[in-house]
Amino acid sequence: MADKSFPNPHEVEAIPGTEGWERMYPYHYFFTTKDKEREEYENNMFWFNDALHYPEPMYPFDIIWDEAWFLSLSQFNTRIFMIPPVYGVDHRIINGNVYITPVPVTDPEEVQKRAPLFMERAGYYFENWDKLIDQWEKKMRGIISDLETLEIPTLPAMEDISVVKNGLGTSSGYELIKNYDKLIDLGIRCWQYHFEFLNLGYASYVIFVDFCTKAFPDIPLQKITQMVAGIDVILYRPDEELKKLAKLAVEFDLSAQIGNDTKDIKDVIALLQGSENGKKWISAWDEAKNPWFNISTGTGWYHQDISWNDNLNIPMSSVRIYIDKLLGGHSIDRPVEAVKEERKRLISEYRGLLKTDEDIKTFDQLHGTAELVFPYVENHMFYVEHWFHSVFWNKMREVAAIMTEHKFLKGQEDIWYMSRSEIKEALWDIVTAWASGTKGYGPLHWPEEVAWRKGVYKIFKEHRPSPAYGTPPEVIAEPFTVVLWGVTNESMAAWAKLKEIGDPDKVNEIEGFAGSPGVVEGIARVCRSVEDIGQLKEGEILVAPTTSPSWAPVFQKIKGVITDVGGIMSHAAIVCREYGMPAVVGTGQATAIIKSGMKIKLNGDTGRVYIER
Amino acid sequence: MEKRSDYVLWFEECDMKSIPLVGGKNASLGELLKAQIPVPPGFAITTKAYTLFLEQGNIRKDIFKILGGIKANDMDSGETASKAIRALIESTPMNDDLQDYIGEFYRRLSKKCNVPAVPAAVRSSATAEDLPGASFAGQQDTFLWVRGVDGILEHVKKCWSSLFTSRAIYYRTKMGFPHEQVEISVGVQKMANAWTAGVMFTLNPATGDRSTIAIDANWGFGESVVSGECTPDNFIINKITDEVIKKTVSYKTILYTRDPENHCVIKQDIPAERADIQCVVDKDAIELARIGKRIEKHYGKPMDIEWAIDKDTPGQAKIMILQSRPETVWSSKKVEPVMQARSSALEHICAGLIAGKKVNY
Repeated sequence: MADKSFPNPHEVEAIPGTEGWERMYPYHYFFTTKDKEREEYENNMFWFNDALHYPEPMYPFDIIWDEAWFLSLSQFNTRIFMIPPVYGVDHRIINGNVYITPVPVTDPEEVQKRAPLFMERAGYYFENWDKLIDQWEKKMRGIISDLETLEIPTLPAMEDISVVKNGLGTSSGYELIKNYDKLIDLGIRCWQYHFEFLNLGYASYVIFVDFCTKAFPDIPLQKITQMVAGIDVILYRPDEELKKLAKLAVEFDLSAQIGNDTKDIKDVIALLQGSENGKKWISAWDEAKNPWFNISTGTGWYHQDISWNDNLNIPMSSVRIYIDKLLGGHSIDRPVEAVKEERKRLISEYRGLLKTDEDIKTFDQLHGTAELVFPYVENHMFYVEHWFHSVFWNKMREVAAIMTEHKFLKGQEDIWYMSRSEIKEALWDIVTAWASGTKGYGPLHWPEEVAWRKGVYKIFKEHRPSPAYGTPPEVIAEPFTVVLWGVTNESMAAWAKLKEIGDPDKVNEIEGFAGSPGVVEGIARVCRSVEDIGQLKEGEILVAPTTSPSWAPVFQKIKGVITDVGGIMSHAAIVCREYGMPAVVGTGQATAIIKSGMKIKLNGDTGRVYIER
Repeated sequence: MEKRSDYVLWFEECDMKSIPLVGGKNASLGELLKAQIPVPPGFAITTKAYTLFLEQGNIRKDIFKILGGIKANDMDSGETASKAIRALIESTPMNDDLQDYIGEFYRRLSKKCNVPAVPAAVRSSATAEDLPGASFAGQQDTFLWVRGVDGILEHVKKCWSSLFTSRAIYYRTKMGFPHEQVEISVGVQKMANAWTAGVMFTLNPATGDRSTIAIDANWGFGESVVSGECTPDNFIINKITDEVIKKTVSYKTILYTRDPENHCVIKQDIPAERADIQCVVDKDAIELARIGKRIEKHYGKPMDIEWAIDKDTPGQAKIMILQSRPETVWSSKKVEPVMQARSSALEHICAGLIAGKKVNY
């Protein structure tokens, strides 16, 4: 074991030119040798880079979601459901990258004490699952509606007379501070709800996976997922809406007006206004926008992951792909029946191979629960990472506009280089200066600081983070660590190998997860974001950091997918399995190594990608 | 004169009902074909043909006379009798009708295989084979790489005479099984001229996982795989979804093939440029697995199968199943539940969480 441990996190040095980077992040995120006990704890834990959520270094503002789930995931494990052998997941940052570690309950007596508490508490949720899920959805819709209606007031030179006549007693400055607080609070609250069911969901899934892999040591994880995955999940809805719009356009014979990607959405809408059918189509389009176009073009975790609503040319471009398919006489419908049948067949065939009645009983129990919880595991993302986040980032841009107007920032997009608490302080600076009729201090401080942080961030981005630090554990019980980050013997070995990769131009084999079976050879097309998908040619292999439902239409054009981030439950893997197209996901580095135009071969059975050089 | 089907039958015409006529081995080949399991083509020479041979050659009486002369507990007298009977059978000419039936079927078989005077295996298929405890199978001879009508006829007689090896005589005597009642059929089956061959288990022999099929393959005949002389290519295929889930292409050093002059099997080095080439394409491996699945279903248990991909046979039937027997290692293990039974899924979840996931990195 000894020689297999990862580097000591305390020995990592700042990258030259980034010294002092720590002030960009919350102070408690750093490894320290100031205190022996803390140092020893940190050395004994296994810290792995959360590249799944953060393929790029953290922006000082975007770390809000990291803080939010640090609290939320952990509290549900540790304090609410009393998961017997595990507390939460601890977080650190090294050189801009987040490292996390599951925290085990080490005292066996404590584990025993927690077990009955867990049974009672988790039991309540499982027994009342559907009712509680309904309640959850109401809470989520409520919070999103609060967010959408939240006003970020600008600061007038003189308050409106109504302030006086209504005897309001407060100012726009106060409202700005208050609503900024509310905005942050809504974000944190949304992430509280995010984990209300997720921990239990993953725990149920883990045990089903565990059973299946014990009964069938060779079973591919993707088959287990296929046995529990939902079919009519909300994440498919945005794409379904686009298909409906495409069908409507074909029915109304509007394809000429809709034209091709050289035509901006505004011109299309103007053209369509000219006919009755065009108007009908526009109203269908408008209706689909809310909520279904609140779908992020990325994972939703980063501010730069814009939504369809932020750039309507993106969904329009997808509608055009569907229209072309329809006009070419192809079906664009998801093969839902075939997927359902295949799922049924998998379940009954695997079940049929079990050798004892006890096993069949256990399989039914565990499959039943996994199937119950799985829709939540898939659906929550639409509400949180897509819908809520998409609206949230734009509210923050309203805050940024005020700060820019007051010369605290050189441009709106600079706000992401400030932390949420720094923004709060800066807003105080702004409102007090506004109130007192003076100039704020901010313009003397923030533009310079932001410029420095941009430089640091740029350097961070040029460095590949080490996959892990510290000491690998012997047992992992934390359900997220197992399912989501896929921390297994294989992945740790792969990470260890990754440490040794030198020149990316010399790599000719990349390893990832076997996301969807099949082998395909072809020309690579690297698309860093959904805006690049227009470059994709029929029959190419898509290489992307990750894909989200907003990428769905491209799956009609390509013959294989490789992603940097994501497990076998990721969007790319799920969609590829449906289309029967090979995929290798979670390679960690495909977009850094593969270049557009390269000839590559991807094997979705083994999770390997070969580059022809 | 009786009809052709009394004496020779294509394997396709055989099934379990025809055991008394064609013996267990030939009948099971017919059954496999009915279950769409490709076996090398061939035909059965029935027990009636054997009886006809004894009668027309007028040698039955002589045979029993010799048998009657065996002294109990005298191995030597048995040995002498065996030799005499076998020489008698092998030297007695087969009548013309029988020669014509067999010759005609053999020629048709060659034509079917697109190979002139196709090399064949001539094997006995005893009707007593399936008697419990009386394993006569394997006691009769099998002759490989037999070519030409004359060669076939000669070896058919050798099979017939193999009913009277000293061991077979001794065994029947010991078991009290009357010599008069035992009959024999013979199978003539194309030799698989394997391009690639190997073994297949309808479970994973390493883990016992019944949802997978494991295939070992090497160039040439299956001997190199069966004997373990060569590290074969290995495929792990998901039985339920027909997907290759793991594949190991090995560096293969030797193969067995046919000596084109002597028609016997010889060992050769594999040329370096072929040594690390995958010897079965994925598509064929998957097709093979599908056949494995049908065989397992046919027998209702995990099977251990020898197969080959044939060079000669045109059309689809290029995968051939040569042997299949029940898997014994995992099938004889005591079956334990995968997980201890519990009253609810939540009990399982709680126990599973407490156990955690072992990481032995």
